[in-house]
Amino acid sequence: MPELPLPTSVPLSWYLLLSAILFALGIAGFLYRRNIITVFMSIELMLNAVNLSFVTFSYKLKQVDGHIFSFFVMVVAAAEAAVGLAIILTVFKNRRTLEVDEIDSMKY
Amino acid sequence: MPLANFIPTADDYLRYLPEIILTVVGVVIMFLEAVGGERRKPALGWLAGAGLLAAIWGSVVALGVGGTGFQNMVIVDGFATFFRILVLVIGLLTIVSSTQYLDREKANAGEFHALLLFSIAGQCVMASANELIMVFIGLEISSIASYILAGYLRDDRRNNESALKYFLLGSFATAFLLYGVAWVYGLTGSTNLAEVRRVLMTPESAPNLVLMGTAAALMFVGFAFKVSAAPFQVWAPDVYQGAPAPVSAFMSTGPKAAAFAVFLRVFITAFGPIATRWEPFVWGSAIATMIVGNFAALTQTNIKRLLAYSSIAHAGYVLVAVTAHSEIGTAAAMFYLAAYAFMQIGAFAVVTWFSRQGEKFVNVDDLAGLGERQPMVAAMLTIFLLSLIGVPLTGGFFGKFYIFRAALDSNLVWLTVIGLLNSAVAAYYYLRLIVVMYMKEPGAATENIGPVSAGLRVAILGSALATLVLGIFPSLVLDFAGRSAALVK
Amino acid sequence: MNLWLIPIFPLLGSAINGVFGRRLPKQVVNLVAVGSVLLSFLWVLKTLSAAWPLESAVKESYFTWIQSGNLQIGCDLMVDRLTAVMLLVVTGVGALIHIYAIGYMAHEGGYYRFFSYLNLFMFFMLVLVLGANFLLLFVGWEGVGLCSYLLIGFYFLEKFAGDAGKKAFIVNRIGDFGFSLAMFLIFVNFGTLDFGRVFTSAKSMTPEAGVGVITVICLLLMVGAAGKSAQLPLYVWLPDAMAGPTPVSALIHAATMVTAGVYMVTRSAALFHLAPVAMNVVAIIGLATAFFAATIGLVQNDIKKVYAYSTVSQLGYMFLGCGAGAFSAGIFHVMTHAFFKALLFLGAGSVIHACAGEQDLRYMGGLRKYTPITMITLLCASVAIAGVPPFSGFFSKDEILAAAYEHAPWMYWVGVFTAGMTAFYVFRAFFLAFAGQYRGPNPHAAGHGHGDDHGHGHGKPHESPLVMTVPLMILAIGSLAGGFINIPKWLEPMYPLAEGPENHMLVYISVAAGLIGIAIAFFLYVVKPSLAESLASALSGPYKLLYNKYFVDEVYDATIVHPLEEGSRTVLWRGVDAGVIDGTVNGVGARARGMGNVLRLLQGGNIGGYAAWVVLGSLLVILYVGLGVGR
Repeated sequence: MPELPLPTSVPLSWYLLLSAILFALGIAGFLYRRNIITVFMSIELMLNAVNLSFVTFSYKLKQVDGHIFSFFVMVVAAAEAAVGLAIILTVFKNRRTLEVDEIDSMKY
Repeated sequence: MPLANFIPTADDYLRYLPEIILTVVGVVIMFLEAVGGERRKPALGWLAGAGLLAAIWGSVVALGVGGTGFQNMVIVDGFATFFRILVLVIGLLTIVSSTQYLDREKANAGEFHALLLFSIAGQCVMASANELIMVFIGLEISSIASYILAGYLRDDRRNNESALKYFLLGSFATAFLLYGVAWVYGLTGSTNLAEVRRVLMTPESAPNLVLMGTAAALMFVGFAFKVSAAPFQVWAPDVYQGAPAPVSAFMSTGPKAAAFAVFLRVFITAFGPIATRWEPFVWGSAIATMIVGNFAALTQTNIKRLLAYSSIAHAGYVLVAVTAHSEIGTAAAMFYLAAYAFMQIGAFAVVTWFSRQGEKFVNVDDLAGLGERQPMVAAMLTIFLLSLIGVPLTGGFFGKFYIFRAALDSNLVWLTVIGLLNSAVAAYYYLRLIVVMYMKEPGAATENIGPVSAGLRVAILGSALATLVLGIFPSLVLDFAGRSAALVK
Repeated sequence: MNLWLIPIFPLLGSAINGVFGRRLPKQVVNLVAVGSVLLSFLWVLKTLSAAWPLESAVKESYFTWIQSGNLQIGCDLMVDRLTAVMLLVVTGVGALIHIYAIGYMAHEGGYYRFFSYLNLFMFFMLVLVLGANFLLLFVGWEGVGLCSYLLIGFYFLEKFAGDAGKKAFIVNRIGDFGFSLAMFLIFVNFGTLDFGRVFTSAKSMTPEAGVGVITVICLLLMVGAAGKSAQLPLYVWLPDAMAGPTPVSALIHAATMVTAGVYMVTRSAALFHLAPVAMNVVAIIGLATAFFAATIGLVQNDIKKVYAYSTVSQLGYMFLGCGAGAFSAGIFHVMTHAFFKALLFLGAGSVIHACAGEQDLRYMGGLRKYTPITMITLLCASVAIAGVPPFSGFFSKDEILAAAYEHAPWMYWVGVFTAGMTAFYVFRAFFLAFAGQYRGPNPHAAGHGHGDDHGHGHGKPHESPLVMTVPLMILAIGSLAGGFINIPKWLEPMYPLAEGPENHMLVYISVAAGLIGIAIAFFLYVVKPSLAESLASALSGPYKLLYNKYFVDEVYDATIVHPLEEGSRTVLWRGVDAGVIDGTVNGVGARARGMGNVLRLLQGGNIGGYAAWVVLGSLLVILYVGLGVGR
């Protein structure tokens, strides 16, 4: 892999920090949000936060592996989205609601 | 690196034969379902079964050319083969035990079988993964298919809820796992298990222990969720209760076994050098899992939910074996997962038959008088329950026996004592089912109960036979498990 | 010598009757059930005569059962002199009881099922006795427990029987827990579970080495034995177990299974010798049980309950013998007890049969006219248990009491007093049943008994058929003459007898105690029946206490069973899930809305709550594994 000019202005750790913040935001979104679609989007946010980490590490290690991993993750996330949206759709069809708190007929 | 290194060899493909077979057969089933008429639907089940049998053969072939393949991405050893065959057998039992269910609910058979095969393919990938990204991909292939299976009856409210909970929480937990993978990669520069181990073993290159431990912890979250270990077990009762009974049987055995396979391989191989950090936590988690599972099961009235809590408790026993962190511990975990799979699937198969259309009868009290009205099925269920308790001459007994022995060998005296106490508690709720079956007045639920279909009969008898064989001749499986366990280190 | 054939016959019998029994005619079911036990009895005889005089143990290894690491357990069977005694008792008495059951169960539903279970029991019992390692013994141990559970609950339509079965099972689990823990410790310490190797290395141990562990092992073994053999404080299941059919009470809950604990302790004598503390505990538990159960037996009105408490009490004697170091005396008492207690139960069954299902002694009386054979055989059993010389109970009880005197004189005195009580309650039952006038209901309105509901209303009390009385007679001969089989002498190579002059005074005292007991019973229930009533009302306080068995069941219910059930219900299910989570959420959430938005998500049943668990859990893992908190 050819030597890439490292941007000196932004330290690598900032990327990692950003990734961590995005991940935490995803968690918070999952916990706070009531709409199922938004909850689902929070998961996507978490996965993309991880992608950012992968790319950063890959950059730091001067390897191509991390970049490829992020593609894998994207593919998986797409598959998950397809299935997830279908599941959300059937739930909506049956219950006429997208409030995550109302899906609680089974408990204890 | 020369480009030629990236071109897979013929052996590489052979090592991946089971996964290839499963994927191809799964795709063929989907295709046939689209073009074939209604009449041909039953044939798809047979095709799926044949595919699984072929994949079992494929696993044996793969073991013949064992080793690592695809640039060290996969590894085919005894350990991988054990779990591949285990999940394939679980798949076979699921297919035969779902026939009656699919007929009864007038559900679409082709998709069901295809999804099942994909899910199992994912589990095979997990079993043979030698690299963290493969672990992630296998886990997702397995999970995504089972998300759909959990909500297989689109118009059933409980199915929907089960699928939604499984999907959202499952993806949530997987994100933690993936974040852990990213950090392991960043800290060690590799995702290959052996390479990670090597880096951790070398003092000069060893990464920051706090960050490394955090990465391992994040991966633990993902695995613990999949095996339903406390405190990540919360989803399991709801999901198993809501999903179709044969799917619950599958989800509580196949993915769990595969998840334990990667759990063991990752934590023992890659994170073995930092064992002192994770062992105490697994210890605590094992105790919490056993206690939560067993005590919560005590008061359940829904059989499926009861079996779900019991499945949590059994994950706790396996965690005891993981905590032992030794060769015989690994072997004990492998044996236990096999024994547990048969008794759990057998019990669920009886529930599948008993619950009738729309799963109307799933309460413990509905079983009243089953011993009188259907003595044969009641006897089979009794075998499964006795095995779940851990009574001698059943697989469950030796499973517990080996696990607690492994724990004692690793000086985990307290864990053993708590585990034994827990299995005494567990006897109570399993026994309650037996008491209801044999000693209560027959109720309305056991009246006019239809016959057990041929497929279900195969599933029930097969599981019972396997449970007894494992209980009388445990060495058959244990020897292989013992030899394979030595490979994971 | 093909030892494996001994247990395999009943197993085959059980399988045949279990699978095909429903379609087979009754005669064939009988033939299979009794024939299989007789075959194994004959095989026992053949084996013993071939190996005579059995100077050393004969062991046969069939295959390696479990092999993993340094653990190797074979499927090995073994016969030595101790096993020989147990084998003869189990198959001999077992065969007689099977024959008797043909007559007794003739009118019951589920006939084939009953015999299938009974044969299965024989199989497990024989495995228990023949097994050459602790694990095989444990397999038999669990198996007999299971069969006992099935047979107690045989009249499953009655809630009482079901509850009794469940109680037996659960109480036994406590004992089994002790036993399995003991096995683990034995394995950890000796590296094997094989009897031969464990005891050989135990013998070579100096008293100092590892005595602490050995004591713990022995105490745990005793916990197991107390569960199976109904000793304090785990005896509560046995009296309730009488809900099962009478032949079951005789076979399992008098003659064989309940003595498994004594057998196990005797088998492990080499370990107990190293642990004097444990020996003392065994002796004290045995003595306390003997005394305690005898007092309860004094006032019971159900004939089977009387004999049940008597069994508990006699088992206590056996443990007293073992604890005092006279293991052979314990086994001697196992044998004689098998004769006279099986006879007592079968006789009671015959009486119940005669009275159309009545079990209450207050509604019997005067049966001597109707059931002479039963009366005579029961008399034989009663004198045997009362310790009247020269009948069997005299010899074995005498051995035990003599050993107890050597161990600690006060134990002897308590034992003698208990012997007096034993004689009293046995003869009380005898006189109530056979002396005086028939107090039962009008013959034309024969009522139904409880528990052992055997009512098939027919006229007057009547003698039982030959198929029932012949076993009674054979057992009567055993009860009378069994004492002349000198078991302690036979077992001497394994369990040396204590040296010392024989103290004749001790013998006279204990015989006198027995005779006094009989005399009091005679006086109270034959000469002056009214006196017994007034005595009971004069001492109504103690009487009530005894009659209600010291309220032990109620105490257990209130202190253990109920809190456990409640605890799991409220604390774990409602409490943790609904209470802690919902409570925190609702309580705190209402006050602090901002905070509440986070905490509210912790509700049971919804996804947000579950995710919160996942997040909390991950924080915990990261803190612990990552940051290394707590290390």
